[in-house]
Amino acid sequence: MTLFLSALALLLCGAAAAPVLRRAPRWASAVGAGSAVLGALLGLAAAVRGLGAAAGADLRLAWTLPMGSFHVLLDRLSSFFLLPLFLLAGLCAVYGYGYFGQHARRRDGASWCFYNLLIVAMALIFTARDLVLFLMAWELMALTSFALVIHEREHDDVRHAGWVYLVASHISLALLLALFLLLGRSAGTTDFDGFTGVIQVGSGLADVLFVLAVLGFGAKAGFLTLHGWLPEAHPAAPSHVSALMSGVMIKTGIYGLVRLLTFLSGPPPLWWGWLLIAVGLGSGVLGVLLALAQHDLKRLLAYHSVENMGIILLGLGIGCLGLTTGRPLWTALGLAGGLLHVLNHALFKGLLFLGAGAVLHTTGLRNMDRLGGLLRRMRWTGLAFIVGASAISGLPPFNGFASEFLIYLASFQTLLSGDSAAVWPALAVIGGLALIGGLAAACFAKVVGIVLLGEPRTAEAGQAHEVSAWLVGPMLVLAALCLVLGLGAPWLVGPLTERMASEVAGWPAGHPLAAGIASLRTVTGLLVALLILTAVLAVVRHALLRKRRVSAAGTWDCGYLQPTARMQYTSSSFAEPLVSFFQPVLRTRVEGAAPHGLFPGPSARHTHTPDTPTEWLAAPLFRGVARLAWPMRRLQQGRVQWYVLYIAIMLLVLLVWKL
Amino acid sequence: MMLHSLTSLLLVFLVLANLRLLGASRLNVCIRTVAAQGVALSLLPLLNASGLSLTSFHALALPTATALVKGALFPWLLFRALREAHVQREVEPYVGFTPSLLFGVGSLAVGGHLAARLPLPGGSPLLVPVALATMLTGLFLIIARRQALMQVVGYLALENGIFAFGASVMKEAPLLVEMGILLDVFVAVFIMGITVFHISREFEHTDTERLSALKDWSP
Repeated sequence: MTLFLSALALLLCGAAAAPVLRRAPRWASAVGAGSAVLGALLGLAAAVRGLGAAAGADLRLAWTLPMGSFHVLLDRLSSFFLLPLFLLAGLCAVYGYGYFGQHARRRDGASWCFYNLLIVAMALIFTARDLVLFLMAWELMALTSFALVIHEREHDDVRHAGWVYLVASHISLALLLALFLLLGRSAGTTDFDGFTGVIQVGSGLADVLFVLAVLGFGAKAGFLTLHGWLPEAHPAAPSHVSALMSGVMIKTGIYGLVRLLTFLSGPPPLWWGWLLIAVGLGSGVLGVLLALAQHDLKRLLAYHSVENMGIILLGLGIGCLGLTTGRPLWTALGLAGGLLHVLNHALFKGLLFLGAGAVLHTTGLRNMDRLGGLLRRMRWTGLAFIVGASAISGLPPFNGFASEFLIYLASFQTLLSGDSAAVWPALAVIGGLALIGGLAAACFAKVVGIVLLGEPRTAEAGQAHEVSAWLVGPMLVLAALCLVLGLGAPWLVGPLTERMASEVAGWPAGHPLAAGIASLRTVTGLLVALLILTAVLAVVRHALLRKRRVSAAGTWDCGYLQPTARMQYTSSSFAEPLVSFFQPVLRTRVEGAAPHGLFPGPSARHTHTPDTPTEWLAAPLFRGVARLAWPMRRLQQGRVQWYVLYIAIMLLVLLVWKL
Repeated sequence: MMLHSLTSLLLVFLVLANLRLLGASRLNVCIRTVAAQGVALSLLPLLNASGLSLTSFHALALPTATALVKGALFPWLLFRALREAHVQREVEPYVGFTPSLLFGVGSLAVGGHLAARLPLPGGSPLLVPVALATMLTGLFLIIARRQALMQVVGYLALENGIFAFGASVMKEAPLLVEMGILLDVFVAVFIMGITVFHISREFEHTDTERLSALKDWSP
């Protein structure tokens, strides 16, 4: 606990010092990033210790507010979520120092202040044991991340993204406020310790609470139809902030859902698991489809966050089904898969956003159709990006594979049981996960193929060069962690997640994961063998070629007299077969006409894929609310006299009414 | 008995001043009226106090300070603003003078109605209704006049009402509190005078109607 508190104190010191030094932006960056890194190291130590400890470290401080108390607890679940937070926060701070580097501006000081405060807010969310503290930290997180998103606020689209994000955050807060007030009322306390077993399963209130939680936490985590802010805010924010937001911040929603499960009085009703699986499937499939149709690299990554939240939900959903039907094996595997994916997603999505940021930093471009050939110009960034892309596609031997494998395993266990309530959901999970994995692989084949391989499509892309060590270092660390977690999964999964699953489900630790881990170990062993075989083949190839002449020629040298880089596949054309196959869902709009005739004239063609769920569900809702709220604008006359009149009428009414 | 009738006389003067404020069409008349009202009010604690404490410093300091600030300092500040800002001399009402006068009479009725139901210690039976009516008049002036300076005058009338109310409720209000209130009002008027001057220099008028163009949303 001392470690954790000193980490928070250090972060707060950095937050206070950075804006003071704003006149010397380089120093402000150094102090802000330095304190973030040191705080993250201390916090990481606290998280690791918290994971190992049997009983969580408890701290309760009095405060002057009329309600609640400062009560934090570092139990295993909290420590597990703190792990990706402090890991990614520290690495992103190093990256951010280099990212702001050459073009230091006065506002960097404020940005570092908000960055440190954001880490503190998330750390408090993961550890808070009091609903007042939790909600305050939640709001602090929303406000600080909003301030970080609008760092480049002179651009219209950044400001727009900021507003969208702020509104989404507060919808989430409003729903959570209702949820926690209801919870607090039925518990009779604001302290989480009093919440254990307070949700009477089977009562109408419990169902209302659950739906509120899925909506409220879902608006932050970016579940389907509530994800509208993700593709707006992530491209607008500086890249290390997008990495932290996508890697960790949206996981606060997952944490909230899992924490809520510990307040149940008994096994949850069947439909809770079904709902989680349905939302997970929708988010996963539509998220990856929308990602496939994007041209903007960071927007694409944002949609992949929606997809990965869906995958995590699938794991949680299977876990819920296991709780309902009393099958510890399903629960353990499902929850372990979901929670492990939280950690894994933080690593590879953080890595990918940092990579996209490096590309943006050196070329100034986010549109994939203008990039190309970057692998030869940015060797290390490219390598790290490929690792991240493989990991997010769930390809072995990287970490994404391990967590998705556990969810598969959980679903197959469910399927094999023949339990009629769970067979169909399990089938849906298996099919959905396979579809998501395949589409994600296609999507990242597109990204890697278009951005990293081929020839540069514009002069800016041609002039790209490797970014500084401040930027490359964190990416390589994350890439290495992806590999370590992927290969080490059989040994790490048990200690990391089994205790968590038992904490949520309430059975003693050391129970049922062993079977799953055994098969994971077999698969990983095979993979290592395959890797070794590949390495041997590469060595053999090298040995065979050593004595021969190897010549290199242009990639696009198909007998054209004047090949240009524009003859290459673009991201749109690469994805076109899949996009047109899913046209009924995606509704991509095509403008312009294809070249026509023997001697075609100039022609242009644009494709634009709207965010259908947002356009169909969220947009009409907002229009309705706006229409209802519009008459209220009459009250705002802009005349002092009217405002005084309102006050006078109010006072008179109170005076007359109360007398 | 003598003192009591003097109090009644003062209260009548207060009501008449209210009506004059509501009915006057020129700014300088309003400034003078509200100043006279303030000076008259400053006598109220003297009349309320018992004969013995009349001589004490406590009882004399406050009325003197009030009379000086309200009778001399405020009119000077306001006339200065009026002169330097080249404000129009008309009060420019939203609500016409006849309805305003009717409101003044109505406010007296409302004040009487409220005072009858307020659980207050005794004193002159007219004091609380008149105080409430003065407050309502001040609020009404703020709401129903367009000139920014008239908002200051309305604010002063409102404060006069509060002062009268205080005099009726607390026989011997602590000196420090009263002085504090006086200081507050002084600072407020001072700032408002400066603001009016700046508004007029920036926009060449002090018409609050046209200032509404500054709000952040327009249809």
